[in-house]
Amino acid sequence: MTTLTPILTRFWDHPQSWTLATYEANEGYQALTRALAMEPSALVSMAKDSGLRGRGGAGFPTGMKWSFLPPSDGGPRYLVVNADESEPGTCKDIPLMMAAPHFLIEGVAITSYAIGCNHAFIYLRGEVVHVYRRLMRAVEEAYAAGHLGKDIHGSGFDLDVTVHAGAGAYICGEETALLDSLEGRRGQPRSKPPFPAVAGLYARPTVVNNVESISSIPPILLHGASWFAGMGTESSKGFGIFSLSGHVTNPGQFEAPLGIPLRELLDMAGGIRGGKRLKFWTPGGSSTPLFTDAHLDVPLDFDAVAKAGSMLGTRALQIFDETTCVVRAVDRWIEFYKHESCGKCTPCREGTWWLKQILGRIEHGHGTEDDLDKLLDISDNILGRSFCALGDGATSPVTSSIQYFRDEYLEHLRQGGCPFDRDASSLFAKETASV
Amino acid sequence: MEHYGEQTASGFLHVSAESKEPYAADVRARLHDDAQAIIARYPQARSALLPMLHLVQSVDGYITGRGVTFCAEELGLTEAEVSGVATFYTQFKRHPNGDYTVGVCTNTLCAIMGGDQIWDAVSEHLGLDHDETTADGKITLERIECNAACDFAPVVMVNWEFYDNQTPESTRRLVDDLRAGAEVRPTRGPNRQCTFKEMSRTLAGFADGLADEGVGAGPASLVGLKVAQDHDWTAPSATRQIDKAGE
Repeated sequence: MTTLTPILTRFWDHPQSWTLATYEANEGYQALTRALAMEPSALVSMAKDSGLRGRGGAGFPTGMKWSFLPPSDGGPRYLVVNADESEPGTCKDIPLMMAAPHFLIEGVAITSYAIGCNHAFIYLRGEVVHVYRRLMRAVEEAYAAGHLGKDIHGSGFDLDVTVHAGAGAYICGEETALLDSLEGRRGQPRSKPPFPAVAGLYARPTVVNNVESISSIPPILLHGASWFAGMGTESSKGFGIFSLSGHVTNPGQFEAPLGIPLRELLDMAGGIRGGKRLKFWTPGGSSTPLFTDAHLDVPLDFDAVAKAGSMLGTRALQIFDETTCVVRAVDRWIEFYKHESCGKCTPCREGTWWLKQILGRIEHGHGTEDDLDKLLDISDNILGRSFCALGDGATSPVTSSIQYFRDEYLEHLRQGGCPFDRDASSLFAKETASV
Repeated sequence: MEHYGEQTASGFLHVSAESKEPYAADVRARLHDDAQAIIARYPQARSALLPMLHLVQSVDGYITGRGVTFCAEELGLTEAEVSGVATFYTQFKRHPNGDYTVGVCTNTLCAIMGGDQIWDAVSEHLGLDHDETTADGKITLERIECNAACDFAPVVMVNWEFYDNQTPESTRRLVDDLRAGAEVRPTRGPNRQCTFKEMSRTLAGFADGLADEGVGAGPASLVGLKVAQDHDWTAPSATRQIDKAGE
């Protein structure tokens, strides 16, 4: 059996977990001192050796991303942290930044030193005011303690950090849309190439990394790349935060080595609520194809999940039991993609709108059997033909739900409506039943 | 044909004549100082636009015509460029907002856990649909998308502070308390509920001194840590690894 590995979550239960004092009492900023005594290139090698893959969903090797920056030309280079956590089901970066923001700030300082950046940005989604307060406070404390600013720890290295609040747009989680938004524009993805490593923020070499990736850097530096690589699986080294939500007895955050299967996590979370049966789940957010109870033992690492037909994504394990209507779930996700499509490219803008119309009429019993083929056809015209991954992601719940639950779609047509009682899937069936 | 969308756009940016009334000289001067402080955070001025639009909302309660003009003047942009950005982001409101934006998460996970029932209850209770405001100007009701608190579902946000594990009854009580001016506190947030304008100033990057209030982590965030503590599970010993590397 796999055991949990509290590292980033280790002192979240401290009554003042977010302060600099608590962080320093837990090895905080010791890694920064060590980093500043090293060659920047050695830090890039360390990140590569650790095997850390990006924790924001795509899983691209973090150290390799750093190494893609061209040689310095004397001009500015930027680190931009993607803290726009908005993928439905994903809820790990927000509690991390609320409970222990200094992991991120120290990681930003180390990474900036490694890539030759003197001004780093944290792009936080705007809809989490208290997290914004905590980040601003953490930056303020770090400056006052000499962990940021001029001549950090007497090393001669200077770093400014700006925490920037977005204003409500899922698309800004896409790294080039994020950069446009940070430049004060509509958050729409850019044509690639050039990639941000070459022409990112203000058309300068830029590294964009996820919150959890950067927060993992101080522990890796402190304890060693081999320590980190000793956890997890061959393709997916290290630990990660797994977020269980939905119909589980005790939903929450579980920090574990990559590769732990859902069956073990479910046991730790007290199983499916009320002894009910697992029906479907997402391994990494709504943009990752659904799994069913047939996938309970798939190791949750990048390769094994891909081999089983989905994506590890952000380890956002949304669990739905047998009371849940899959058509209702997918219909609502598509409502989201339709709302959040930035409108730049036709397949996504028009495709998500039509997916929504068709799913809506099926859920309400007004569709026909041809609609299923139409959904698949539209999905086929979005996947791989959109400007960015938002469109691709929108097709995942549609195609996977039809793959596993085709008959449930048909049952909506046979019955002329949804065969499920929505109160049965809610947490307070009794209360609403009496209203 | 029937339309199946749950959410409608708020419409075009409606710039009423009233909202174009210039700022009083002292307000405009203060806004200028704030804008300069924001611009100073960035290597290029235009990056200040989103925080400056939050700043406009902290004064006007929504994106006004004069607010658009102010941003354009300070940043050397056209009003069309500013409006184009303002209308892209859902947090920028296109008409006067209430003191409290009550957002019910109706994305899939929360909806299924009871967010739909909460929405129905509070929508009926207030007589409001999406992005509508009570006549007393207190509450604007919104359907919101996933706010990264799924382990606390169903979630309601008030001015983007967390109200975790809500029910139809608790949410009705919440909006009643907000309208009555009774004390309410977020489950994970400061010890008091800020108004829309106060919150907007914070999002413009001006600290309100409330960062050290509230909890570090809510109960759900600690479930895995508790399991690990109960089983004496820890991460592998690092020291041994370092010793090995040093050998």
